[in-house]
Amino acid sequence: MSELITKSALELAAGLKAGEFSSVEVTQAHLDRIHATEADFGSFITVTDDLALETATAVDAKRSTGANVHALAGVPVALKDLVVTEGVATTAASKMLENWVPPYESTVHNKVKAAGLPVLGKTNLDEFAMGSTTEHSAFGTTRNPWNLEHVPGGSSGGAAAALAGFQVPLSVGTDTGGSVRQPAAFTGTVGVKPTYGSISRFGIIAMASSLDQVGPMGRNVADAAALHELLAGHDPLDSTSLPDPVAGFVSAAQTSDLRGKKLGVIKQLRGEGYQDGVRDAFTAALDVAAAAGAEIVEVDCPSISYALDAYYLIMPSEVSSNLARYDGMRYGLRMEPESGPVTAETVMAATRAAGFGDEVKRRIILGTYALSAGYYDAYYGSAQKIRTLVQNDFAKAFESCDVLVSPTAPTTALKFGAEAASDPMALYLGDVATIPANLAGIPGLSLPAGLADGLPVGFQILAPAREDVKMYEVAGPLEAALEASGTRVLDTLAEGLTTK
Amino acid sequence: MTESSAITPEQVEHLASLSRIAMGADELKSLAGDLSTILSNVARVNEVAGDDVPATSHPIALSNVLRPDVVGETLTSEQALAAAPASADDKFIVPQILGEE
Repeated sequence: MSELITKSALELAAGLKAGEFSSVEVTQAHLDRIHATEADFGSFITVTDDLALETATAVDAKRSTGANVHALAGVPVALKDLVVTEGVATTAASKMLENWVPPYESTVHNKVKAAGLPVLGKTNLDEFAMGSTTEHSAFGTTRNPWNLEHVPGGSSGGAAAALAGFQVPLSVGTDTGGSVRQPAAFTGTVGVKPTYGSISRFGIIAMASSLDQVGPMGRNVADAAALHELLAGHDPLDSTSLPDPVAGFVSAAQTSDLRGKKLGVIKQLRGEGYQDGVRDAFTAALDVAAAAGAEIVEVDCPSISYALDAYYLIMPSEVSSNLARYDGMRYGLRMEPESGPVTAETVMAATRAAGFGDEVKRRIILGTYALSAGYYDAYYGSAQKIRTLVQNDFAKAFESCDVLVSPTAPTTALKFGAEAASDPMALYLGDVATIPANLAGIPGLSLPAGLADGLPVGFQILAPAREDVKMYEVAGPLEAALEASGTRVLDTLAEGLTTK
Repeated sequence: MTESSAITPEQVEHLASLSRIAMGADELKSLAGDLSTILSNVARVNEVAGDDVPATSHPIALSNVLRPDVVGETLTSEQALAAAPASADDKFIVPQILGEE
């Protein structure tokens, strides 16, 4: 294995700046790794070798002239295949968009291109980001590099597996109910769901618009923070984009310490009913934080018990609306009925039957039900009220602490074929700790906090809306304290892969 | 499961029709079971959401955003039609929408 692929993004950036290696060398090393391991991991739907090397060559040439380049210029990145890329196939892991090559560009890809990051490809996901395992993809499943018999989580499972498998140092996911944080937890990586509206959603294929958020991912907190800084900022093309200036997330992660920081353990998410190893790792991480000077307090967020229920009404309702655009008329798949009249209506029905997978259909039908006359107030209307209660609970909790913490997921990565993996409610319960942040629009981050039965455990940090910097001020020093205490998840991962 | 949250295959068929998704009998039956399970689990939202709680539809306050009414770049006809399932003469070809009569 080339040593270039085990370096962090910021180490690569420093090496590129110092002229120790070129972006072409870095990019080629990662492409080689992808081609050597893709049969095992299945992280990518599309690998864009030529495009990546073209960017790398251009960055090297620009740097050689002494011109100013972005701090991350030349560092490779992968994009979840929910991010629209002009001229490059964008599928959302669905048969519906199998052959779609977008005629326009997303703001996320525009920013990545402008900064000169070679894009290695488009990563696998659950179809239209619906799922928690990356098994619901029309283009095959992704496997967890820690143990190929286990799922990588989802829906940004490909993005997370590509990081954990050392195929790429940075990747971009999306998080609607935990789709960045949960796969980060399952793969021992760092996943961030920023404050809603802080990264443009223009050109991100919509699932549930009031919950979706682009999420930077890396193998350590500072790397994710650097990608977050690159992607954040106001975008006039997104009406929900916040006008706030971008804070110094990397600086916050690297220079702060835990002394005097108040970490609020959410009473309802402290680990009762969770897998023993997950609870133990979480408790041990709290002890490390306390030893490093943090104050641990318990906070009560009673409405969080209802957040999951509200989410599973609001999300499918928005799904049923957003996915109405896939009608077989203007782009994407078109199918004709096997028998009977060929009309716009029968073509739509045949197209959507053939183009959508089971989980997508289930959510569309559920959303259609929740929005139906007669059920709207009881389900969708009530769920929106729960959203108010969750926001109020968080606001009250943040009066007594800087950040809130919990295990990211109740379990470590599920095994393929596990009973829970085929039970929709059991899978939905896996999102219990991550969903409240999406309902309230607050930022959340998952970082590795050790192993349980040989698989990574995630530690979640939540901060008040628009105060993402507070999350990094705890995540950075906590990561350092955990590593100093011997909880070096990344080392275990790198050693395991090196000896494969 | 409460009586109100038990979904029948006939109800799923109606929802599928509203959603424009063709479904076979097995799929309708399977989805009816899934939906009944999910709805019985999420029905608790009624327990705490009283009349005194205002609804929140979005994490940030939304207001209508209008761009200046000036001519700008947009997709060309060629770009817009590039991914169309069928097109001709600079137009999308769609199946018959109106009836014969």
